[in-house]
Order: sequence, then C-alpha cells, then structure tokens
Amino acid sequence: MQVSITDSDSNLVTDESRASAALPIGKRASTARWISYILAIYVVVLALEFFVFNRNWHWDTVFSYMFSQQIMIGLGNTILLTIFSCVLGLIFGIMAVWARLSNLWVLRTAAGLYIWVVRATPLLVILLMIFFLGALVPTLGIGLPFLEPLVETPTNQVITRFTAAVLGLSLYLGGKSAEVLRSGVISIDSGQFEACKALGISQFNAYLRIIGPQIIRVITPSMANELITMFKNTSLVSVIGFAELLTTVELIYSRNFKTIPLLMVAVLWYLVLTSLAMYGQARLEKRFGRGFNRRVGLSPAVEQQATEMVVLDEQTETQTSRGEGR
Amino acid sequence: MNQAQVATRIPTEETLQRPILELVGIQKHFGSFHALKDVNLSVQAGSVTCIVGPSGSGKSTLLRSINMLEAIDGGAIYFKGEMIGQEVVRRRRVPVSARKARQQVLNFGMVFQGFNLFPNLTAQENVMVGPRLVRGTDKRQAAERAALLLDSVGLKNKGANYPSELSGGQKQRVAIARALAMDPEILLFDEPTSALDPELVGEVLAVMKELAERGSTMIIVTHEMKFARDVADEVIMMADGQIVERGLASTIFTNPRTERARSFFSSISKQ
Repeated sequence: MQVSITDSDSNLVTDESRASAALPIGKRASTARWISYILAIYVVVLALEFFVFNRNWHWDTVFSYMFSQQIMIGLGNTILLTIFSCVLGLIFGIMAVWARLSNLWVLRTAAGLYIWVVRATPLLVILLMIFFLGALVPTLGIGLPFLEPLVETPTNQVITRFTAAVLGLSLYLGGKSAEVLRSGVISIDSGQFEACKALGISQFNAYLRIIGPQIIRVITPSMANELITMFKNTSLVSVIGFAELLTTVELIYSRNFKTIPLLMVAVLWYLVLTSLAMYGQARLEKRFGRGFNRRVGLSPAVEQQATEMVVLDEQTETQTSRGEGR
Repeated sequence: MNQAQVATRIPTEETLQRPILELVGIQKHFGSFHALKDVNLSVQAGSVTCIVGPSGSGKSTLLRSINMLEAIDGGAIYFKGEMIGQEVVRRRRVPVSARKARQQVLNFGMVFQGFNLFPNLTAQENVMVGPRLVRGTDKRQAAERAALLLDSVGLKNKGANYPSELSGGQKQRVAIARALAMDPEILLFDEPTSALDPELVGEVLAVMKELAERGSTMIIVTHEMKFARDVADEVIMMADGQIVERGLASTIFTNPRTERARSFFSSISKQ
C-alpha cells in the first residue's frame, strides 16, 4: 500500500482529531502529585504539633535568650572566628594547591605532606596541639636549627586562645580546600591552558583572569560546603576555652538546665548564618556562570547590546568592563 | 585588518633566500612512541604550507612543536635565523625561560581544532584578552581593534555573545580573530575545520583563504584537500612521523612521486 502525505487536506486526518489538535496543552493529572500533596499536608500538621503545640520547647525561654548580651557576644565570636579562619584557610589552600601542582619536587612533596597530615588528624587534636604548643617549644624564634635564634618570643604570648583557634581552623581548612581547589583545576579542559600559552599569557595572569573564574564556578558548591561547615567547626574551639556561640550556650544551660531551649537558640542562629552563606553561594554561582548558562533565544535587549558593542561609545566602555577585573 | 598586514604575495629575492621558519632534524617521542623522526622543513615568509597525511602521522605534533606546546627532544627550530624554544647556556642546550618562551610564542598565532575559546568571556573579550594581558593595551583600544577583527571575520554583531551562544563555524572565526589580535608573523592552524558540521566548514575556509590572499604566512594541518589545492603554495605529506613527500600544490595531488602518497591520495578521493 502506498501512503503519500502531500497536502494538509489529506483525508486520513479526521475532523475530530483536527479539532483536538487545536486544544491547548495542559498538565497531565497524576495520582502521584495528589498523594504528594496529602503527604505534605500531613507532615506540616505533624511538624506544627511537634514544634508549636509542644510546651516542652519553652519557646518563651528560647526568645528571651535569642538576643541576650551573652549570646550576642558568642555569636560575634563565631562570626569573627569563621571570617578570620576562612580567609587564612583559603590563603593556605591556594598556597598548598599551587605547591602541589608545581613542577618543583620539593614543593609538591611539602604540599602533599601537609594535606596528608591535615586529612589524617582530627580537628580537635590540631586545636589542642596548637594551644599547648608552649609545652613543646617554650619560645618561638627565627634562626638556624640548634643555633641561637635571631629573634624570639615566648610561645604562650603568641598563642592566645583566639590565635590558636584561628590557626587550628585555618590550617585544617587549608588542607581540605587545597583538594577542593585541585578538583577545580583538573576539571578545566587542557585546551584552555594551551590557548593561554599560545597567546603568550603568563601563568599567573591566566589563573587570575581566565582559568580562575572558571575554577570558581566549578568549586563553588563544594567550597561552600567547607565554609559552612566552618561555622559549626568553630564550636570545637570550646576545648581550648574560647567562648563562641555553642560554648556560650553550653555555659548557660550547665547553670540553668534549660538544655533544649538553649540548644535551639544555637540552632536558630546557625540557620541564619547558613542562610546568609547560601545566599552568597547563589550570587557567586550566578556571577561565575556567565557564558555557561546558555541564554536560549536572545532577548531583544541582548541583541541590541550586541549591535551597540561594535559602535564603541561610552556605553560600550561599561559593557566591556563587565568582563574585566573579576 | 590594518594596512601593514596587506603585503604582496610576490616573493622577493630576499624572502626566497631566507626562510622565516626552519625546522632542522626534529625528533619527538611520547614514551616509547617515536612521533617525529628527523623532520626537516623550511617555510618562506608569505607562503601557505598545508600539511596533510593520515591520522597519527605526526602532523599536529609538528605544528604544536613549532608553537612550543610540545617540547622537542632533538633537532632545532629557527625563526628568522634565531633558535626558538631552546638556547645555549655554557655549551649546553637548555629550554628557554618561561618569560622568553612567552616572547617567542608571540611570533605565532594558533588556531585549534577544538577552538579553545574562553567560555567565561564574550567573543569580543576573547579577542581583547591577549593584547590586554600581554601587551597591556588600553581597554578602549583593544575593544576597538577586537571589533574590527570580528568584523573582518564576518562577526560584526556577535561581539557581546558568549562562545556557548555561537555555532562551531562562528567560534572558529572568533578563534582566528583572537590569534590575529596578537599580530603574529606566522599563523598555525591545527585541523581548524575537523570539529565542524559540514555546512559550517566553508565559512571558516573562506576566512582562511582571505588571509592567505592578504599575504599571511600560514601553516595549516588539514584534511580539506580541495582547500589545500586551491590555497597552498606547498603541500607536505606526512606519514609515520616523517615527511614522505613535499611539492607544489598543483602537482602533488595529481602526480605523487611516492607509493605512500599515491595510496593516501587515492584513498581520500574514493570517499
């Protein structure tokens, strides 16, 4: 049998199916969707019962402590500690990954050892070791081994609770972020490095202006994980007696025995901090996703921009500057 | 394109005497694989050289060696009579410093098979980034030049687009503009159309042909035999890491001297 579809008047298509072809396309009714709605309502009601109608939470206690001076100081310490150790930790991480990918054997080995030790040692141990460094080396100095040092100070003057906490946390983050950074570097296509080389762009400039932004895009989710974990890792510094958020909370409930409400205070603040960090992460992903999130069907505005690009007026200057200095 | 690049194709006595690029006894190993076996080649300024041959014959490796993307393990490369990639220090030949290598590589512009555009930069920024970072060109000037170069490869209105928004042929033309932005003396093309859909090959070849007609010195690794016949001054055929035949584009395809070349060209024409 020969079937030829040559024109739209083909009598194989009935009037009925022609009419249904004109209907708008909607969502397909699905049982799974309805079940999911019912389950969601059930869980929400359950959660309401658990959190709101359960008096044992003592929400009034929670809110009375939420903004108390003691908690605020603890929260401030947590934020301060996190910022200091994240900045220093990222510097350590960048140095470690740079050394690890160096073509000098000594640097590679040193970085490898550092990452190995950090991965193997619990953060708690690192913190205690640094805090009690004075017991191992009573004075810190610069000079040659076994000879009289050129400058020296007592260890315990340098290693305060705060510096020990920052140093311990950043050394730990440095080792971990070095590996996250390395995962970013190896994710970049070798052609990108070759193109930089062929253009005569120095390695430093290539990383700063071209490869770096691409690495940031790749590592943002896992690096955000590491940094958010830092908020909570700061609680470990309670072992060396530095009073950050969780330590403050523990101090309070050890006196008044309102354990759960006070832990809830800490949880709520950690939620706030994490939300802020995740907002930052979303911003970062958006900015460094430029050129990767394909803009399907350019909007007229973008087309307009494209035409103006070559005209080179003041507008172009600002448009092109978007790509520079980031 | 500026006036300086528009040169005549008529070889003068001087250019005939002094090749702009000379490869002498190039050797390259990848582990136990002998990729380049004593390759000798000289290229005249203003000439177009096409390198053809079966895959794995060392064509790309040879091109990448010229641009120092691969370090050679024997022989030497001379640009305008000066050894590049290596230098003699206390009677020993050692690789040049990274700084010097960056200087020497500026004599060459490279166009890759896989484009290798920077995905996080727009087309115009891709073309600007070399002059900006290497020569410290003023931003406005670099943007102006990039716009002109994009115009010359037929992409006047694509400056603000990211590479992901361009077709393969458009990407490769941006890549050509990016290479031209550094004003190289020799353009190197590593299978520039092999990653393109058949209908997009023509637009890239047209740009290359125009460059050739303007007198650019070009070395092109390609599988486009018709293009090689039309545009090349000299065609080099490589097989198993060696140059098996070289000759004028007009004669090598129709009258190959070696059996190896004859079988290669006949296998191509059968397709």
